[in-house]
Amino acid sequence: MKRFALAGNPNSGKTTLFNSLTGSTAHVGNWPGVTVDKRDGVYKKCAEPVAIVDLPGIYSLSPYTPEEVIARNYILDDKPDCVINIVDATNLERNLYLTTQILEMDVPVVIALNMMDAVEKAGDKINESELEKRLGVPVVKISALKEQGLKDLMDKAFNESNKRRAGTTVLNETQLKHLIGDVKIALAGQNVANPLFHAIKLVEGDEIEVAMHKETVPMVEEFKKTFTDETFGTDFEALVADGRYKYISKYFAPVLTRKNKEKFKMSRSDKADKVLTNRWAGIPIFLVILFCIFHLTFSENFLFVSTFADWANSPLPSLEDLGLLTADGEPLNYGVRWLATIYDGTIYSPGVIVNNIWNDMLVGELFGWVSGLVEGSGMAPWAVGLINNGIIEGLGAVLSFLPPILTLFLFFSILEDSGYMARIAFILDRMFRRFGLSGRSFLPMIMGFGCSVPAMINTRTLADDKERTATVRVIPFFSCGAKLPILTAVAGAVMLHFASGGGNADLITYAMYILGILVAIVSVLLMRSTTLKGETPPFIMELPAYHVPQFKNLMAHLWDKTKHFVKKAFTIILASTIVIWVLTHFGFDWRFLQDEQINDSILAGLSRLIQPLFTPLGFGSQLGAYGWVFVLAAVAGLIAKENVISTFATLGACLIAAGVPQLNGFNAADIYADESGIQAVLAMIAATGITVPGLISFIAFNMTTIPCFAAVGTAKSELGNKKRFNWTLLFWIATSYTVGAIVYTIGSWWWTLFIWLAVAAAVVTVIILRNKRLSQSTLTVAK
Amino acid sequence: MVTTLDKFAIGQHGVVQSVGGEGKIKRRLFDMGITPGAEVLLRKRAPLGDPLEITVRGYELTLRITEAQCVTLEVRQ
Repeated sequence: MKRFALAGNPNSGKTTLFNSLTGSTAHVGNWPGVTVDKRDGVYKKCAEPVAIVDLPGIYSLSPYTPEEVIARNYILDDKPDCVINIVDATNLERNLYLTTQILEMDVPVVIALNMMDAVEKAGDKINESELEKRLGVPVVKISALKEQGLKDLMDKAFNESNKRRAGTTVLNETQLKHLIGDVKIALAGQNVANPLFHAIKLVEGDEIEVAMHKETVPMVEEFKKTFTDETFGTDFEALVADGRYKYISKYFAPVLTRKNKEKFKMSRSDKADKVLTNRWAGIPIFLVILFCIFHLTFSENFLFVSTFADWANSPLPSLEDLGLLTADGEPLNYGVRWLATIYDGTIYSPGVIVNNIWNDMLVGELFGWVSGLVEGSGMAPWAVGLINNGIIEGLGAVLSFLPPILTLFLFFSILEDSGYMARIAFILDRMFRRFGLSGRSFLPMIMGFGCSVPAMINTRTLADDKERTATVRVIPFFSCGAKLPILTAVAGAVMLHFASGGGNADLITYAMYILGILVAIVSVLLMRSTTLKGETPPFIMELPAYHVPQFKNLMAHLWDKTKHFVKKAFTIILASTIVIWVLTHFGFDWRFLQDEQINDSILAGLSRLIQPLFTPLGFGSQLGAYGWVFVLAAVAGLIAKENVISTFATLGACLIAAGVPQLNGFNAADIYADESGIQAVLAMIAATGITVPGLISFIAFNMTTIPCFAAVGTAKSELGNKKRFNWTLLFWIATSYTVGAIVYTIGSWWWTLFIWLAVAAAVVTVIILRNKRLSQSTLTVAK
Repeated sequence: MVTTLDKFAIGQHGVVQSVGGEGKIKRRLFDMGITPGAEVLLRKRAPLGDPLEITVRGYELTLRITEAQCVTLEVRQ
């Protein structure tokens, strides 16, 4: 099958063109070794089916960004049969800059002049036959959005793919002509493919080329000695870039005739921008938009209607009042169950409704039906337990993340496609630069408050690799929705037990959120000045014109994410859930255990083994025989943070059954009925005698340690590099351990604050001194 | 008058004379179309004063003040 590669600038409509050409055949993966999206699909309307490969959006073929290196290596090494270069007709000059570089390769090229509808709407004209003559390759006018001219484009590309084409360059107009010509002849003599392209890159002094053609470099340097330019001296990179743009201004720019001669006129997009990035209103508008996104996704009190209407006192009629429930509070029939997902006297946000429909109805019904089948099948109890409690509940816990992830993703895709995302980076860059990050890293971080998984995937918008790694690592510190129940359960129990119900449990919760943010800031500062050192990445970024997002594109985005996520749920996460279930339900003698016998399980045994490790954190050896319960809850939380609460409930009931000191006469049934987990925590406090600093340290540890399996899996695929992933795991363990120890020791003995301050001061001093020495030694090397 | 881009007032425009700066940044500025002879208009500053937004070769580009210091221009009235 023939392969055509799509190349072009970001925001040139490349994705839209790709989606229109390939439809449902698109396949998304990563380029080997890096986490830049690799998409391919099939176009079926040519003489024979053609494979379409979507190259990353790029501005140039420089050696400095992974996207550019991928694109150039693909064209050079994988030799597509034709390159379709998509050019944004509303932004000819900068788009043709990339074209001049692609044309230097020995590959058939067709130019797709996109967004012609916008050009014609503005009353402008483009003389494409003139452009075709100047470029020496076919030019086809298209509108990817309206699917106009696509057949023509593909027929021309197919036609071209049967021909051979030798690279041409616009630099022959400059004084570099002879220098490039000489190097090209030398390379062609060595039988190098694409001699013109390599010759120009060698003249530029391109890092990748220089490493590839070591033996030719001295000759090039010899040639270069005879050459100087009055403006640029011997800055060849500048000479080449300047040569390209000069040619473009002289020969290509005139093919466009503008109706409106004014150079810097205000478009509708400019007017919108005037408000959205306004000096005073810009930041408040951004905060409101952000609030709305979270409100629409997670709020159970939509637009605060319930509060304003004061329905707490005079609520809308409940399902019970309407006579739709049976005597035991169950829905009367199937229709009422559906209704109950949307309506139970309060008004939910769209995100919560979608979530309820998915979890209660679709997944819940399906899994309920499967469990019923399994239970009635007469299998061994351990097999029933494994399938129903292990596999089905595990899959259910992971799949239940899908609705909020997709809802959040939908909103963030809208921000991205409309062009507002780039403005957010523009507004916030100043603040983030202090931490060695750019404004772009704000969004993934704030998404972390919802769920770490989409947040980590969103780091793909960050250009700098180190910035990206640092961001992925701190995302879990922005406490996600699933960690909130742990906070409320422990905080509630602390207030009940130690303050006799007085005091405000919410204060502890808020303080924990703030602690997470502080830990994130400190970690980023530390990483950016030690292991992930590097200058603040440059922030030279296009601000694309605003436009209404395309429904088709949004759906394509969501479908990609869904496939990615579901695939992971059924592979790595499924396997891990099974392992953990087996470890909690079998003893060391491989006897099957009931839930209540969790004490005797392998995992409990292992927890007791590592219990002493947590002594500095306040929930280790000092808690005595039952102390391992906190360790086990934390370990269970590594799979999904929801597990912490369910483990609390199981353990609490076991403790009561085992006859530990009773508290306010709780019994096991109370604990199972108490979904918030406060009573279970109370039982655990009574059994272990844990102190308040120990409890706070426990929640701080859970908040900052290795996140759930779903997030760990995502981090693994996003970081792309095995070594970096292992260091990330270690970083999470070390951070949570340190944070827990700090919280516990300072909480227990206030004077240890001074020890920690001294340690911090020592660490900072060592880093500063080390960095100073390093920068001095690099200076001497430079000299 | 010749000055660097960071010293421009909002709404002022000029023609690029030369581009300096360290390799990676300079190359990026070139690739984005800031080459000698290009016309640049300073559109606005971000709400916190930095970065800047400019129009060059018919599109909008944002860059930081430190990067704008690398661009020398002849001011046009």
